[in-house]
Amino acid sequence: MSESPLVKIRGIKLEGRSDEKWNPIINGIDLTLARGEVLGLIGESGAGKSTLGLAAMGYTRDGVRISDGTVEFDGIDLLKASAAVKRGLLGKRIAYVAQSAAASFNPAHKLMDQHVEGPVQHGVMSRSESEADAIELYRKLRLPNPEEIGFRYPHQVSGGQLQRAMTAMAMSCRPDLIIFDEPTTALDVTTQIEVLASIRDIVEQFNTAAIYITHDLAVVAQMADRIKVLLKGDEVETADTRTMLSAPTQDYTKSLWAVRSFERPNKPAVQTGSVPVISVQNVDAAYGKVPVLYDVSFDMHSGRTVAVVGESGSGKSTTARCITGLLPPTAGQILLDGEVLPPDYRKRSKDQLRQVQMIYQMADTALNPRMSIGQIIARPVQFYLGLTGAEKRRKVDALLEQIELEPSEYYNRLPSELSGGQKQRIGIARALAAEPKFIICDEVTSALDQLVAEGILRLLARLQDELSLSYMFITHDLATVKAIADEVVVMKDGRVVEQGGKVEMFKPPHHAYTDLLLSSVPEMDPDWLTNLLAQRGVDNIGDAAVDKM
Amino acid sequence: MGNVLTIILQRLALGLLTLLIVSIVIFVAVNLLPGDFAQNILGQGATEEAVASIRRDLGLDQPMLSRYFGWLAGVLQGDFGSSFAQMNFASFSGTTSGATTVAEQIAPRFANTMFLAMVTAIIAVPVAITLGVLAALYRNTVFDRVANITTLSSISSPEFFLAYILILFLAVLNPILPSLSNIYEGMAFSERLEKSLLPALTLTLVVTAHMMRMTRAAIINLLASPYIEMARLKGLSPMRVIVKHALPNALAPIINVIALNLAYLITGVVVVEVVFVYPGIGQLFVDSVKIRDIPVVQACCLIFAAAYILLNLTADIMSILSNPRLRHPK
Repeated sequence: MSESPLVKIRGIKLEGRSDEKWNPIINGIDLTLARGEVLGLIGESGAGKSTLGLAAMGYTRDGVRISDGTVEFDGIDLLKASAAVKRGLLGKRIAYVAQSAAASFNPAHKLMDQHVEGPVQHGVMSRSESEADAIELYRKLRLPNPEEIGFRYPHQVSGGQLQRAMTAMAMSCRPDLIIFDEPTTALDVTTQIEVLASIRDIVEQFNTAAIYITHDLAVVAQMADRIKVLLKGDEVETADTRTMLSAPTQDYTKSLWAVRSFERPNKPAVQTGSVPVISVQNVDAAYGKVPVLYDVSFDMHSGRTVAVVGESGSGKSTTARCITGLLPPTAGQILLDGEVLPPDYRKRSKDQLRQVQMIYQMADTALNPRMSIGQIIARPVQFYLGLTGAEKRRKVDALLEQIELEPSEYYNRLPSELSGGQKQRIGIARALAAEPKFIICDEVTSALDQLVAEGILRLLARLQDELSLSYMFITHDLATVKAIADEVVVMKDGRVVEQGGKVEMFKPPHHAYTDLLLSSVPEMDPDWLTNLLAQRGVDNIGDAAVDKM
Repeated sequence: MGNVLTIILQRLALGLLTLLIVSIVIFVAVNLLPGDFAQNILGQGATEEAVASIRRDLGLDQPMLSRYFGWLAGVLQGDFGSSFAQMNFASFSGTTSGATTVAEQIAPRFANTMFLAMVTAIIAVPVAITLGVLAALYRNTVFDRVANITTLSSISSPEFFLAYILILFLAVLNPILPSLSNIYEGMAFSERLEKSLLPALTLTLVVTAHMMRMTRAAIINLLASPYIEMARLKGLSPMRVIVKHALPNALAPIINVIALNLAYLITGVVVVEVVFVYPGIGQLFVDSVKIRDIPVVQACCLIFAAAYILLNLTADIMSILSNPRLRHPK
C-alpha cells in the first residue's frame, strides 16, 4: 500500500451565489485522508460541512463554485479532470451516502435496479453478479429479508432500512472512499443505533476510507478516527477522536461540548389536589378510519413542563392536535382548569382559544413570509386582547423585549431577514402575545443548532418562571428532556407507556421501551456504541429490539 | 388497484352528468341564435306558410322543453335522431336513400377525424417528448433556444398560415405530398395516409410546442431533487440521469398536457380541415350550426365533450399508474 494519501485537499475555497453575488462558504481549508481512515467533519448548519464533503468528490451543487485550491483523489486532480474522467470515478471509486435516503432513492425504481446501476454502468460487474452481491451486502448490513428487500420500491421500506440500503448501494463498486452526509440525522434514536453499527462494521470490513459529516458530536465520536471541527467555513481544529473529546483546545469546540450541560433544577412534586391547567383524559383519536391514539391520559400543571417523548409516529403531535381542537378526539375529553373543553376548536370560546397556544418546529414555515415581525406579533395582540394603536405597539415592543430582541431594530423586518433562532423567538413571542396559560412546544429546537437551541431552552425556562406558564414539550431528543422537563410522558404506537417525574424516569428500573430509548441516545464516550452493542447482543439492537416489544 | 377502479367509475358517472349539462347548454344556446332551420333553408323570401309547414314537419313548432326531452329520450335509447337537412331533402325528393340518421351521417366523418388525430399523435407525441428531453439535457444552450423559438413560433402562427406554408413547400415548390386531402370510404390505407400527411404535419406543428415545453419544464423541475443528485454522484451519464431518473417521475404533468392536446386534435381542427378539404367532423359541425341543424350539432357536441372527458380520465389513470406509490401500496 502506498503512503500517499487517498484524498488531498489544499487551500480549498468555495463560494455560493445568493443575492446576485458570490459569498464565501469555505475559506481555504486543507484536508488529508489516508486510505481506510474515517474522518469526522462536524459543525453547525451553515458551517460548510456538506459543501466541503461534496467538494472532496470534485462536485459542487448548482450555485456553488470552487474559487481556489486543489482536490486530489489518489493522485488525480479532480478539479482539472474532464467530466468523463470524473464520471468514471464517481460511484465506482468515490461514493456518496445522503442525509435523507427516502429523498435520495428514486421513487420510480426498485432498490435493486438502483443498486446495480452503478456496477453495471461502470462495467464492474454484470447485472446478475451485482444482484447477488447486493443480497450479500444487505445481509452484512443486517437488513431483514436480504433476498427480497431489493425488489421493493423505496416507499415500501422504512427510513432506517433505506439508509442501510443506500450504504449498500454506495458499497456496490467497493469504492475507496465514501462520503457520509449526515446519514442518521433524520432517524429516530433507536433506529440510528442500528444504522451506525452497520455503517461502522462495513467500513471496517472493506477498509474503506470515509468522510463522516454530522452535527452530532456523540455520533461522530463513535464513527471517526479523527475529527475536524468547522465554523462558518473555517477550520477550528483537527485532532484524533479521543484527544478531541478529552482535551479540546479551542473555545468554540469547548462550547460545543458544554451545550449538553444545561439543566434546570428539579422542582418539588405537584401538590396533591391542585387542579391541572390541562388534563388529557382517556383520549382516543383517529385520522379518518385509522386509529392513532389509544386511551391517552396525563395532566399538566401550572408553571411546569411536561415532556412528551417517543419516536416519529408515536402520536405525540396528534395528542397536541387533540388538545388544540384541530383534531377532535373520537373518545375521551380535554379539561382546561377543570372544565371540559369542546372537542372542536370552532366550538371553543375566544378565551378558551387564548389559553392554549402553540410554537412550531419549523419557524421558517410557521411565520408568514410577507408580514413584518411587528404585524406577526400584533395580530394575536389585537385578536385576543383587543388592543389597538399605541397600546398595541407598546404590547408588541414589550413582547419583543421579553424574547430578547431589540424592538426598534426588529419591528419592521421580514422573517427572511432573521436567523433560525431569531425566527423561533418570534414564534414564542406570537404565542405569548395571547397571554396563555399553556403552550405546546412541538419539537421547537430540533431544527436548530445546539448552541442556538440552548438559547431557546433558556428563554423558555425564564419565561416559565416569570409567567408561570405550563409547557407541553414534544420532542424526540432526550438531552432536551433532561434539560428542561419536570415530568415525562413516554409514548409508543399511540399509547402512553410510562409517565412520571423526570428524576424517577431517568432512574432505573424503567419500562423496557423507556430503557431502550434512554440507552439509545449516543454519548460522548467513543466506546459507547461498542459497549452498547456488546451489552445488547447483535440481534437485539435498534429496530429489532423495538419489534420485540 | 381497487381504488383506481372506484376512481374510474366515479369519473365516468361524473362524465355522464357533464354530458347531460353540455347537451342542455348547447340546446339552449342554439335556440337562442336568431332564426331556425326553416328560416335558414327557405331564405328571406319565404312565405309564412312554407316556414310553418317545415317547422311542423320537423317538430320545431313544439315548445322547447318537450323538444329537448323528446331528443333526450331518443338519445337514451341510442337514437340520435335525424338530421333536419337530410329529412328535409328526403321529404322534398321523395327518396329515403343515403344517410338519414345523425349516427349514419356522423360516423364516417368521426372516423376520419380520429384517423387524422391518430396520425398526428403518432408523429407529434414522440417528437415533442424527444425534443423536450433534449431541451432539458442541453438546457440554456443554442439547441434549447432554437427548439423553443421554433415550436413557439409555430404555435403562435395561425393554423391556416402554417397550412399554406406547408402546402407551398411540400406540395407546390416540391410536389412531395398532395395538397388536397379528399379521402373517401374504401380508399387504400397507404393512400389515405399519404393524403392525410400534410394536415397531420400542420397539426403537429400546432401541438408540439405545448407538450415539448411541459416535458422540458417537468424534467428541469426535478433536477434539483436529491435523487437526481444521487444519480449524478453515481457517475451516470447526463442522458441516463434525465431519461432513467428524471423522466419517469415527470410523467404525470406530461401525460395531462398530452391528453389536452389530443382532445384538441379531435375537437378543434376545423380550420385545418377546411384548408385541406379534409372530410372531418369539424366541418360538418360548423355547417350544421350555420343552418341550425340541432340534432347534428347536439351529437357533435356530445362527441367532443365525451372525447375531453375520456381523454382526461385516461390521463388521470395513467398519472396514477405512473406513480409507484399508488401502483405498489405498502
